[in-house]
Amino acid sequence: MTVPAIRIEDSSLRLGGRVIWSDLSLSVARGEFLTVIGPNGAGKTSLLKVILGLIPATGRIEVLGDRARRGNRRIGYVPQLKGLEQDLPIRGRDLVGLGIEGTRWGFRLRPSAVADQVEQALAEVHAQSFADVPVGELSGGEQQRLRIAQALIGEPELLLCDEALLSIDLHHQREICDVIARWRERTGGTVVFVTHDVNPVLATTDRILAVVGGQWAEGTPDDVLKTETMTRLYGSQVDVLRVHGRVIVVAESFEPIGDHHEHAHEPAPGGMAGHHAHGADGGGHHEHRQE
Amino acid sequence: MNLLGYEFVQNAILAGLVVAIVSGLVGRFVVLRNMSFAVHGIAEVGFTGTAGAILFGIDPVLGLLAGALLASIGIGTLGVRLRDRDVAIGAILAFGLGLGVLFLTLYTSYATEAFTILFGTITGVSRQDVVLLVVLAIGTVGALAMINRPLTFASVDPEVAEARGVPVRFVSILFLVILAIAVAEAIQVVGVLLVLTLLITPAASAQKLTVLPGLGTIVSVGIALICTMCGIILSLLTLYPTSFLVATLSFVIYIASRIAGPRLVRRRALERPT
Repeated sequence: MTVPAIRIEDSSLRLGGRVIWSDLSLSVARGEFLTVIGPNGAGKTSLLKVILGLIPATGRIEVLGDRARRGNRRIGYVPQLKGLEQDLPIRGRDLVGLGIEGTRWGFRLRPSAVADQVEQALAEVHAQSFADVPVGELSGGEQQRLRIAQALIGEPELLLCDEALLSIDLHHQREICDVIARWRERTGGTVVFVTHDVNPVLATTDRILAVVGGQWAEGTPDDVLKTETMTRLYGSQVDVLRVHGRVIVVAESFEPIGDHHEHAHEPAPGGMAGHHAHGADGGGHHEHRQE
Repeated sequence: MNLLGYEFVQNAILAGLVVAIVSGLVGRFVVLRNMSFAVHGIAEVGFTGTAGAILFGIDPVLGLLAGALLASIGIGTLGVRLRDRDVAIGAILAFGLGLGVLFLTLYTSYATEAFTILFGTITGVSRQDVVLLVVLAIGTVGALAMINRPLTFASVDPEVAEARGVPVRFVSILFLVILAIAVAEAIQVVGVLLVLTLLITPAASAQKLTVLPGLGTIVSVGIALICTMCGIILSLLTLYPTSFLVATLSFVIYIASRIAGPRLVRRRALERPT
């Protein structure tokens, strides 16, 4: 029997006196693509931090067969896009190189070996053409591809993405998803993908974990992304619609998790529904960002 | 007349060499981490430390080091988050200067001493001071070499660095200690008020001239060396103050880099066609 990539048993997490989750048990198999959805402040980022060993949670937390610990080189991490400073004196290839070099003390012993790995990682995300440009001048999609290369360069077995597609246009979202899919195919790696918007990764998702206000549900996309499950999870009427292969979650008193603000301007059919339902409510919105 | 025959000239040049190398290296990270104000704050409290040392009859250099280190530890402790940092520096700087005023008032014959600390006394550096400068320089450069890559990661992308296991807090505080020693060293050449001219300007110019990390470090150290050496030699020949000459040279180089930089650095428009 192979060891699962992630095993969480009877875990509880309290942060600042608030219960983020309790009695959470979750097992992610090797090679699986787990998508984690839920509103802001529901604990999606906290889950990644627990897996990364940055915050302690009770219960049994095992990652790739070991207890969760800080600085595990077998884990790659891609954060949500935040623009890098315009005049940062760092090239794309330097940013990628930090993926292996950034955690090493002392002098660089074999520069050429690192350079080769960087070159390979750049090729994998098709970033060679802008690898020598200062990163601050690159577009969000380009910066995010470099971050993926940075996460993949150390040959991780588990890739954690935290809202990695946020504020990136649809075209580049697809490119990034393709890069991750290719990497998974090549290495059999595991992905935990935290997102507001399930649609870009719907096709590659094996399983979904929905976290809402301390409650959670998990299962195949078809099991979780349906009206009954979502209504039970949120404790109020939630409708899940499927339009042209996209999932739209319509609710009255909380953020939609199918589509989100950044997409409101796109002509995606029904994409507006979630946004409008959310935007129109005004009251009854009790989510606070605590991550 | 052979200037190099005088011991005070030899000391000045040796001290200048050491301080320029340290400043050029440490300055790279000061610019990368946007820490100009911290440099200024540490220097001001270093002044207070010196004033206190003179008042209590201790070696002024030890007072300077103690003041700078205390300030950097204070900044590291109170200014953990980026948004708190400037405020914490301001508070520490103001309190430090207040103490400095007290020491100045208590020790009435202190006015000329204060002037030399504020504006630099490179020609007053003793052989013993040079030895201390070299020892401290080896320590700071060694420590910086050890944390070079994690510190770069933590400076460029703290969130990811943390996630990948870089002890971001530890490297940040260690860098503040390195910075405190570098500031104390630079004060010996250009004085408290002009420390930024060695710890910011050369590295900032280098950053405008190249994005290649290794070359940037060489250029930064090179500019610091040119400014310091030319400043000291011109000062000996013309009797203008060293700190004025160093500050002027580095400012001229900075302006030149701002103008030449965009032409030298390969920008996106040139990169695209490939």
